Amino acid sequence: MDEYSILANAVIYLTAAVVAVPISKHLGLGSVLGYLIGGVIIGPWGLGLIDNVESIIHFAEFGVVLLMFLIGLELHPKRLWELKRPILLLGGGQMILTSIAITAVGILLGLSLQTAVIVALALSLSSTAIALQSLTEKNLMATHAGGSAFSVLLFQDIAVIPILALITLLGVGDGIVDDGNTLFSVVKLVAVIAAIIIGGHYLTRPIFRIIANTKLREIFTAFALLLVIAIALLVESVGLSMAMGSFLAGVLLADSEFRHELEAEIEPFKGLLLGLFFIAVGMSIDIGLLLQQPFVVLGLVVSLVVIKLAILMLLAKREGIPASQQYLFSFMLCQGGEFAFVLFTLAISEGAIEPGLADLLVGVVALSMLITPLLLLFYDRYISRQHLHLDDHMATEEITQQEHAVMIVGFGRFGRVVGRLLHANGFPTTILDHDPEQIAEARRYGYEVFYGDSTRHDLLKAAGADKAELIIICLDGPEMSLQVIEQIQKHFPHLKILARAYGMGHAFEMRKLGVTLIERELLESGLALGETALKNLGYGAYQAKQAAHLFRRHDRSLFEKLYSADEKEKHVTIYREAREEIRQILEADEEEIKSKASNDWR
Amino acid sequence: MILLQLVHPHMDRSRANRAMLDAISDVPGLLVNDLYEHYPDFYIDRAREQELLCSADLVIFQFPIYWYAAPALLKQWQEMVLLSGFAHGKGGDALQGKRLFTAVTTGQPFESYSGSLSTIDELLSPYCRTAIHCGMKYLPPFVVHNVDAMSDIDIVEQAKRYREQVVTTYEQMHAGTL
Repeated sequence: MDEYSILANAVIYLTAAVVAVPISKHLGLGSVLGYLIGGVIIGPWGLGLIDNVESIIHFAEFGVVLLMFLIGLELHPKRLWELKRPILLLGGGQMILTSIAITAVGILLGLSLQTAVIVALALSLSSTAIALQSLTEKNLMATHAGGSAFSVLLFQDIAVIPILALITLLGVGDGIVDDGNTLFSVVKLVAVIAAIIIGGHYLTRPIFRIIANTKLREIFTAFALLLVIAIALLVESVGLSMAMGSFLAGVLLADSEFRHELEAEIEPFKGLLLGLFFIAVGMSIDIGLLLQQPFVVLGLVVSLVVIKLAILMLLAKREGIPASQQYLFSFMLCQGGEFAFVLFTLAISEGAIEPGLADLLVGVVALSMLITPLLLLFYDRYISRQHLHLDDHMATEEITQQEHAVMIVGFGRFGRVVGRLLHANGFPTTILDHDPEQIAEARRYGYEVFYGDSTRHDLLKAAGADKAELIIICLDGPEMSLQVIEQIQKHFPHLKILARAYGMGHAFEMRKLGVTLIERELLESGLALGETALKNLGYGAYQAKQAAHLFRRHDRSLFEKLYSADEKEKHVTIYREAREEIRQILEADEEEIKSKASNDWR
Repeated sequence: MILLQLVHPHMDRSRANRAMLDAISDVPGLLVNDLYEHYPDFYIDRAREQELLCSADLVIFQFPIYWYAAPALLKQWQEMVLLSGFAHGKGGDALQGKRLFTAVTTGQPFESYSGSLSTIDELLSPYCRTAIHCGMKYLPPFVVHNVDAMSDIDIVEQAKRYREQVVTTYEQMHAGTL
């Protein structure tokens, strides 16, 4: 491919994304479906602008690798360990049950046992890309269903390794692996993982510090990409999936102080590559095959989705996922996954499956991916509401115009306190939240809570944002609250914004957007507990209270000082200065108390 | 019951008020209510305070004179607790017949509160008026002057005198002579 055609192709992909995704989003279909449809349109069966789909898919799979890295960054090893039960039970249960069911169907349809098993294993996998993208886009990672879906995906990613080995074994070619080789590759695998763990722990931090000190942003970006790609390739060379490797690297860096910068640098690459991946999947849907034998293809797609759904629902029930989220969990995972493409390709080359059958199944998997966003849309529109006992006219898009002067966005632990205080003082509020579980609970206690994605301005409007006076943002996702603030400022400039900030850095971001009424979420409770501590160390209640007041005032002025300080400085240095300043403040406090003691009150 | 309303923002640095409190703490029937300890945020629990007042026969306000008056929390207490309908006004007879006196310390000598300057009695007149307005009997205050310059021995001496005044007053009340 010459230089010109690379750029020409880039124009086609970018145009497809830029046109299809906003339209899809506007129609409420989500970005994934937009990419997929864009892919179908530019692909060989649409306008035919692009051929050579397979190499694109292979390249774009790197988006999944970056996605897994970002997910890893969010997961501390400790949290991962807490997930071991759902990973094994849900993930294992899903793969085993689904594989058995599909094997049975395959044999009924006349496949040999060996082919049926390979097909079943490949089809039992779900699409990490689609499920995780949808979960993060809807900010559902923290819900029960989201966490469970993630556990299943994690198990599947690990399971890919033995499946790959199994295909080699079941293949017609001489798949018997030499024992010495196996031992050697196991040793290699362990060595590489150990190297990543040790290197990740001891080496990355100093290197990151050196690179951050160059204060050249693009070098930091380059290093972040280098790190992820190198680890992914290293891991792949010993037989693990690249996605697994980057996930591991992410987990190792989860407690690094550079986590947020890494996230910010990798995020756009991930977004674009993942988009490209979805476009490629859309392109690979073989419309010709579909037209040739439409009933066979559709029949297979429907059977696949129905089998997976049934098993997922069963597991969701057993796992105790709340009724309202069982569908969400199942819809997230009911499609075929991108690993199926890889596995089928390998199976063909190993002679374990006929090429014709593999092509058919690739089409089935791609179509099943197309179904997922539609099912999620269906969930958003109908099922989530049904479970909240919402009347039709109260539902997401058509919330009856509320005349309440106050809106609360986010009704978790924080928002509830705010809401209760206002409620107790007779101020009716309109409440928006995106966690169905949270909503059902609050509704039971007579609050008017609505389900919806508060980053959408049309939803805010439907909830009465143009008539309200105050909007109080109590979301726990720092990114999301910034998005909501931007939406409000753009579409409802009259609204006074009150916001919960995660910490100083987050409050700075809000301040930059022009929000001044900010509370850092842990400041007050930290001060309160600190005050209690002072009392238990012998301070009188009043003295402790005064100390806390004094500290609060110093802290607020420190905030102002740091905010006006050079914003280009790296956070690291800002926080180091802050520590120095707190020390100075504490010394000043001490002197003030002593000087007071010498003349007044006795 | 004797209700001692202790109003001192810095008991940890107090000499005189501390000694006075120590001297009377074992008087039978005495309940010490440290207002700054209970309400450091100046948000007074009205129900609790009214209940305490109701069960008391004798109420003592003990505080250091500071800027010619009581510490701020005592005024806040009056405003939040002595409501119409409870302490005065229509139906406000909860404090009828109870006794009240103040026990105060000053940092300056007696001479600073005499001559053409306001006397201690004049400075304490709001408490006299308060007691009368609530139907209480206002008794003479216990006053210690010049505690800044006072030796520890003298302070203990004054604290003993305080205890005597509290005990005698209570005994006289029970004997019906006060």
